[in-house]
Amino acid sequence: MTEPFIHLSGVSKTYHRGGAAHLAISDATFDVMPGELVSLVGPSGCGKSTLLKVLAGLHPHDAGEVRIGSGTHAFDPARDVGMVFQAPLLLKWRRILQNVLLPAEILGLPMGEARARARALLSLVGLEGSEDKYPYELSGGMQQRAAIARALVHDPKLVLMDEPFGALDALTREKMNLELLRIWKESGKTILFVTHGISEAVFLGTRVVVMTAGPARMADNILIELPTPRTLDMKTHEMFGNYTRRIYRLLGME
Amino acid sequence: MRALPQGERMEATSNTFSRTLLAVLAHLGLLAAWYAFVALGDVPKYVMPSPLATAKALFDANYNWWLNSGVTALEIFVGYFLALAVGVTLALLFTWSKALEAFFMPLLVSLNMIPKVALGPLIIVWFKYGIFPNSLMAFSIAVFPILLTTARGLRETEPELLDLVRALRGSRWQLFTKIQLPGALPYIFSGMKVGAILAVAGAIVGEFLSSDKGLGYLMLQVQVTLDTPAMFMAVILITLIGVALYGSVLLLERLLVSKDARIT
Repeated sequence: MTEPFIHLSGVSKTYHRGGAAHLAISDATFDVMPGELVSLVGPSGCGKSTLLKVLAGLHPHDAGEVRIGSGTHAFDPARDVGMVFQAPLLLKWRRILQNVLLPAEILGLPMGEARARARALLSLVGLEGSEDKYPYELSGGMQQRAAIARALVHDPKLVLMDEPFGALDALTREKMNLELLRIWKESGKTILFVTHGISEAVFLGTRVVVMTAGPARMADNILIELPTPRTLDMKTHEMFGNYTRRIYRLLGME
Repeated sequence: MRALPQGERMEATSNTFSRTLLAVLAHLGLLAAWYAFVALGDVPKYVMPSPLATAKALFDANYNWWLNSGVTALEIFVGYFLALAVGVTLALLFTWSKALEAFFMPLLVSLNMIPKVALGPLIIVWFKYGIFPNSLMAFSIAVFPILLTTARGLRETEPELLDLVRALRGSRWQLFTKIQLPGALPYIFSGMKVGAILAVAGAIVGEFLSSDKGLGYLMLQVQVTLDTPAMFMAVILITLIGVALYGSVLLLERLLVSKDARIT
């Protein structure tokens, strides 16, 4: 039995704003195995983005235990986190290759190697030939691919994605879902994927952690036993429907 | 430079060319109108000299054009660069410390309401007259737009980009040089352009109030003898100094800020 890469136990976080306490997460308890892609799904205000920030080391948590890394998979909080947000957040004064290199520059990695890696990643995400373009020359979906390459350039063990495809149109989104599965498989990263989309969460995840708002709490942790590699026609399988129905029910939408 | 398709590029080039041509024509037209007005209207020379008479004033050695222009230019440049250094530094300190910003920003907004020209007599009391107090006038009037636009530009950075750098345990300096400063550059340049025009006005007002050198000083001297051509020439030279400053800022902006990010 391998040790979990991420171990969360009873994690809570309260924000204090102007005297009022706002409970952002309560009692988040789940494990993530190395190389898993875990979806975090729930409505706005359920604390899923806050949880990512706690994992990225951007916010301290108030209570509970957060452990990342294991004996076999050591974790360096500075080097081993890659982040992708809903907006691509590319620096518009930098060419795509230079954008992808940003984390390597900040970490002071050897630039020769980083550049070779950045080029390889750009071809992995399907942006070969766009290295010298500026972000405005790319479509939203292509910019988000560049943002994924940027999150991988320093070879982090953990990639945190906060609704990365939320701003894309439905067709591009489906395409990016397939792309993400391919990138995940080829890179072998552990990925935490935050989304509003229930079917997206089930389609992508090896597991889906369901969170509810008001009060913010963790409602369920579902192992998704769909065959891999996932294909779009699985969305019509009975199993797929059962999973999504179960999540809809948990979120009080049925 | 961006790579545009061939046809689009040619169109853009010919468009730029015709625009430049029109701009040159407009300026020549003004010169011609000025000449025609003086020649046909029988206007006395002390009211409005012809372009030729104005040009001739340049050869009057008594006016020390080189020295006076040099002094005015120096005042403007010293005041302007001081304003740039202080404005950007303060804006940077404000992004680093929310408390500092909350305390000083309202104060600076109020201070900005002071008509800086009204400070002239005080500056003379404090610093006597000469190049430095006039630079100070230029500084006091140019620093606010630079400070306020830079502070705004630095604030515009997306919070998630800050998260990205912080998650990598990047330093404040890396955050500033790699994200905030280049992101704020279009705003800084927009403040610098406004500041360049104001710095020229500040220095001239300083010279009007009290000085013994400079083009503003010279204008007051020749006003007494009603040498209007020399006054015209002084105005033209002041304008040219302003154009040189503004032009350098514009050139620098072209080099440093990509076209789609410029604020016009």
